[in-house]
Amino acid sequence: MNLETFIEFFSLQNPNVRYVVLGSVLLSISSAIVGCFTFLKKKALLGDVVSHAVLPGICISFMVSGTKDPFILIIGAFLSGWLSIIVLDYIVANSKIKEDTATGLSLSVFFGIGILLLTVIQHSGNAAQTGLDSFLFGKAAALVGKDLLAFSIIATVILIVVFFFYKEFKLVCFDQEYAKSIGLPVKKIELLLTSITVLAVVTGIQAVGVVLMAAMLITPAAAGKFWTNRLSIMLLLASVFGAFSGIAGAYISYAAPSMPTGPWIVMILSFIAILSFFFAPEKGILIKLFKQRKIRNQLLEENLLKSFYKIGEMNEDFTASRSNEELIEIRRFSSAQFKAGLSRLSSQGFIKKENSTWSLTQEGFQKGMRVVKLHRLWELYLTKYLRIAPDHVHEDADTIEHVITPEIEERLEKLLEYPEADPHSSNIPYQ
Amino acid sequence: MDSLIIIATGSLVAVCGSILGCFLILRKMAMVSDAISHAVLPGIVIAFMLGSDLDSAWMLVGAGLVGVLTTFLIEFFHQHGKLQTDASIGVTFTWLFAIGVILVTYYAGDAHIDQDCVLYGEIAYVPIDPIILSNGQVLGPKALIVLGGVLVIILVCIIPFYKEFFLTTFDPSFAIATGVSASLWHYVLMSLVSITTVASFESVGAILVVAFLIVPPATAYLLTNRLHYMILLSCGFGILSAILGYYLAYAIDGSIAGAMATIAGLVFGVVFIIAKYLEKSRRIAEMEELSLASK
Repeated sequence: MNLETFIEFFSLQNPNVRYVVLGSVLLSISSAIVGCFTFLKKKALLGDVVSHAVLPGICISFMVSGTKDPFILIIGAFLSGWLSIIVLDYIVANSKIKEDTATGLSLSVFFGIGILLLTVIQHSGNAAQTGLDSFLFGKAAALVGKDLLAFSIIATVILIVVFFFYKEFKLVCFDQEYAKSIGLPVKKIELLLTSITVLAVVTGIQAVGVVLMAAMLITPAAAGKFWTNRLSIMLLLASVFGAFSGIAGAYISYAAPSMPTGPWIVMILSFIAILSFFFAPEKGILIKLFKQRKIRNQLLEENLLKSFYKIGEMNEDFTASRSNEELIEIRRFSSAQFKAGLSRLSSQGFIKKENSTWSLTQEGFQKGMRVVKLHRLWELYLTKYLRIAPDHVHEDADTIEHVITPEIEERLEKLLEYPEADPHSSNIPYQ
Repeated sequence: MDSLIIIATGSLVAVCGSILGCFLILRKMAMVSDAISHAVLPGIVIAFMLGSDLDSAWMLVGAGLVGVLTTFLIEFFHQHGKLQTDASIGVTFTWLFAIGVILVTYYAGDAHIDQDCVLYGEIAYVPIDPIILSNGQVLGPKALIVLGGVLVIILVCIIPFYKEFFLTTFDPSFAIATGVSASLWHYVLMSLVSITTVASFESVGAILVVAFLIVPPATAYLLTNRLHYMILLSCGFGILSAILGYYLAYAIDGSIAGAMATIAGLVFGVVFIIAKYLEKSRRIAEMEELSLASK
């Protein structure tokens, strides 16, 4: 990375850089915010449909007006984007065709018509048409003042609409039935939401192109969702992710002029999203795997200690050394798990290793005893209070013994009046 | 002769698309095919860069792998990340497509490939790109031969295992219970979709392949509930769109692939109206019968 380029870029001296940075940031933020709502409505691919469907509208308004004025083209784009959503909804409502098929159908047919019209215009020899295909692939690095003006106006409109209808959008996204029941005009709000989606898409595709527009809507929202359950924070995160990617994408194509801006914005967005999928606290894939492993280890360790205790109970000697074979006879463990579990227990100080045999320490004895006690208390509780046959209670107790807290343990003891024996007449141990 | 070759190429794409598309839309996976058709871009670029005389065959293999990878990523984010399917599709294919575009730009000088060609192809060039054997004998247009090969692969995969595809499509849990692996056939289907996309992207482009994968099967689905009729009808609608599309493009001097997709949409519209009208009159007849019966 070249420091000079870096300073040159971030000082925003060059008006061209200013246009590109501001344009990318405005676009990224407004599409990220709109995207959160379509994401939550589980209509994330709507943006993909609209971005493909604006092409015929752009071509027709060019054919009619003969100019490439962004405002005129945007009107045409808006109308045909709208129409594609109406067609999609109509097909789903009036035939047995499912939503995903109707989505693909509307997308590909509108795009086909668009390509047909675009090629007709290109073949017509009209010199004014060059650059129309920037709607297909985007031209973020070649934004000019007029584009920026259009972007700013539209971004402002979107932000204002979201600001004023925040509560309504939230209700419609999360609980449509409730929204209906309190008398909200759900249909109209959905219409408004669709309109700002179309608006965001129509502006966005000029920067990143038809295909990548979907990412500008979906990816920041998907990334944000992994960090929070609150809509307001999700919107904020999505906008930050969007803005950061916008700036970074613009910088990359500034530092390496052959690099396209739009795809880099999407690359960085996707990178943030994938990092979030894996590493986000609570919802991240790795954290979930880690938690699962922790629980699995806890179960294994407690089951091992329980086996030690049971052998001790049978031999009336809790401190003697036990061999691997003796332990496996009590309860089946897979050999890899068995070894790993024993070595973890010994490093935690619950058991001691002597040659190739193991013996319980005082702590291990206490812990094993508690698990056995909980198991038997629960069995007794099930037979006594829920009237379940004694031969049906073991499985359930085997699961619950690992999750009973000391408070519940105390209540159980009191409720059952500190019983001596479980339904199978095994002794219930107390400290 | 050229027009015949172009129509034949279009029809081959339509037939390949129709067969696979019927299974896709019944499995509610139409948008996965859209995702795959975009996601194969990096695979195509890499194959171009490695460019050898065997490029067609390698590209098909590579595409199959990328398709499986895409499907796997979508499933992975959905199942392990608890990300809803539509978002999982959207994130995955745009990411892969962005990688593809960046690669295209980076190697722009080396590879004869650009975004236009991937997005909407140019079927009109099919007749002028023949496969010529080393002894100078002209074998025929490359796209036509490759697509013919793909159709054979599809038929070889589907006809002997029609029952497995049928079961895993309509009743996956029953299929699993009877020992048919739902995920195996899922991945086979997705690989077939990817190789179809790659084989036809030069002629009709990634997005219009989607038109052939979705629109004719959806049209056929309006008219029948039986899978084999649906496949046959869908092939018919596809070929019809290819023929009429060619003449439309010829008449107004536009993109042939675009015109084919436009006609496919038009055919869908007409059938949609007819199907609605038929259902309405059937309902009226039923109601009349009922009122007669109650008298």
